[in-house]
Amino acid sequence: MTTKSKFAGLALAALGWTAVASAPALAQQGLDEPFQKGFKEALAGKTVAYVPVAMNFDLTEGWYAGLKKELEPYGVKFEIRDPNWNTNAGAQAVTSLISEKPAVMVIHNPDVQTYAKLLQRAENEGIYVIQINMGSAYRSSAFVGANWIEIGERDAEAVVKACDGKSNKIAIVQGALSAAASAYTLKGVENVLAKHPDIKVVSSQAADWDAAKAKAITQTVLKQNPDLCGIVGFWDGMDIGTAAAVKEAGLTGKVFVATSGGGERKGACELVKSGGFDLDLSYDVPTQAADMAATIKWLLSSGVKAGSVKGADYTTLIPITKDNADTQTACWNLSDLKK
Amino acid sequence: MKRFRLTQQEIVFAVFAILFVAFSVFLRGFLSSDNMLTLLQNVAVLGILGLAMAIVVIGRGIDISLIAALAVPSGLVLQMVQNGHSLPLSLAAALAFAICFGLVNGWLIAYAEVPSLFATLATGLFVAGLGQAALFQLDVVQWSPGMEGFERLGQGTILGIPTPIIMFAIACIVVALLLRQTRWGAYIYAIGDNPYAARVTGIPSRPIIVLQYVLAALIGCFAGLVMAASVNSMPTRVFNSTLIYDVILVVVLGGIGLSGGRGGVLNVIIGTLLIGTMLNGMTIMDVSYAGQNLVKGVVLLLAVITDSFLNPRNEDTAQQGDI
Repeated sequence: MTTKSKFAGLALAALGWTAVASAPALAQQGLDEPFQKGFKEALAGKTVAYVPVAMNFDLTEGWYAGLKKELEPYGVKFEIRDPNWNTNAGAQAVTSLISEKPAVMVIHNPDVQTYAKLLQRAENEGIYVIQINMGSAYRSSAFVGANWIEIGERDAEAVVKACDGKSNKIAIVQGALSAAASAYTLKGVENVLAKHPDIKVVSSQAADWDAAKAKAITQTVLKQNPDLCGIVGFWDGMDIGTAAAVKEAGLTGKVFVATSGGGERKGACELVKSGGFDLDLSYDVPTQAADMAATIKWLLSSGVKAGSVKGADYTTLIPITKDNADTQTACWNLSDLKK
Repeated sequence: MKRFRLTQQEIVFAVFAILFVAFSVFLRGFLSSDNMLTLLQNVAVLGILGLAMAIVVIGRGIDISLIAALAVPSGLVLQMVQNGHSLPLSLAAALAFAICFGLVNGWLIAYAEVPSLFATLATGLFVAGLGQAALFQLDVVQWSPGMEGFERLGQGTILGIPTPIIMFAIACIVVALLLRQTRWGAYIYAIGDNPYAARVTGIPSRPIIVLQYVLAALIGCFAGLVMAASVNSMPTRVFNSTLIYDVILVVVLGGIGLSGGRGGVLNVIIGTLLIGTMLNGMTIMDVSYAGQNLVKGVVLLLAVITDSFLNPRNEDTAQQGDI
């Protein structure tokens, strides 16, 4: 480029600026960013409705706190419907929300089928639907959450690896049979076991997400198989019972306990540090909340028709082990998130 | 009638014995002393709850709110310690809470004359809701360093016997003494057998009914503490589980008639043993969850049917709302 044409280009650009932004090209007067106003207008006064399976546990409280923190400063109204583990109440909440027409619905499905048709109807009515952590059979504008198959696979791989050269006997402590998250995780575990025919599953039972049941099952299994080398658990909130049984049998460190959860400090890092869990795959809840908020911002500001785009944002898992359980970033505190 | 009641106990005990022998023969590893201790340990909390329910059922009532009494006061202890209160203060608060809970239940049933089924259904929901809404930050209240040492209530062993079994044994002895050796115990039986006759003979039936529910709430709270210590946390969501049905199963299966006035601690122990044997055997056999529920459901159904045959309702004294 010659000096002359460069000069001409600059002049043209300057002209363009003045024409488009109709602002003087003088640096000390500032420039208006042309898109932020539209973004703010797209968010202000909009309603986001949140329907978890229940409040009062680390995951749903964390998502709620994170979403509120991200969206309320933009004037987004936040509504919450708590079905308290009652699938029926949840379906009613979703139905009544459809007629109330919020801009976005953030939905935590109790199973694959119940809400599927309702969510489709909601998107037909122009409501963006974001499904979190547990998806339904209907694919909506966005899914934000953990990949349960991956969790099952990675937990099982870790247990298989820990069993190398040992008895090759493992146990599986499932969640509730009706929960998709439990069934998907089991599929992931099966995927890995199919590749390792030498591994013997001595017990695969559902503990209903209940720590006391998980403890009872694990105690019995350990008495029958004291040479057990690993346990795949499906949720750290339940596997606190699994870990207690292993500890009481005096087998901490000998039986590898792998589980997964939302990464709340007391429920995850503290228990990894104390030796209860050897691996806790965390789908870091604050990150998930931030992902959800980002998706909501994008959808609202884009103005796309609800249901016309369909994407997914699977959470990158944080494996919590003894190596990182002490760090500030591996886990999170609900009380800090609420501040 | 006397001969028949004996037969029922015998039936339940025979079922237990048959199951036990069958499992011992066919299930490798069932009849080891280690597994026996695990079996008992796994049902210890259920057994303690069974004792609480037994007191109420013998007095011709039922306490559906028992699981709330298990979850909320013990959760309160963990939450208060987590928030920086001392352990003794937290325990005192939990005890006070349990006593108040029992008093309210008892007052509703004895003085307001609300049928026990409905009264405890409502108070249980209320207390569980109160816990969720106002007392706990999360459903699962985690152990905190301030609770150090307290886990011995539910973990570890004393003289080689797991602590929860010892706790169950202590609760059995206390309740047995209360029911068989004290005047209050005799009053409970009298009220359960025929509340009107009991009142006519000058038994202070209303205060005794209140006492039943206070005792039930206190025993429930104790069971909750053992449970929390055993799993190092209090999953307060246990209120939404089917645990209360298991408790009723233990009581009815053991042969304590729902029409009141009959049975005792021994029945609870038999019921608990039968449930424990069933659960332990099915876990060793790796029976699916649905299969286990099916078996439990069938057994409860059989027990209830047997109960209504062998302890028919007394039409003179039956009340609306009785079960």
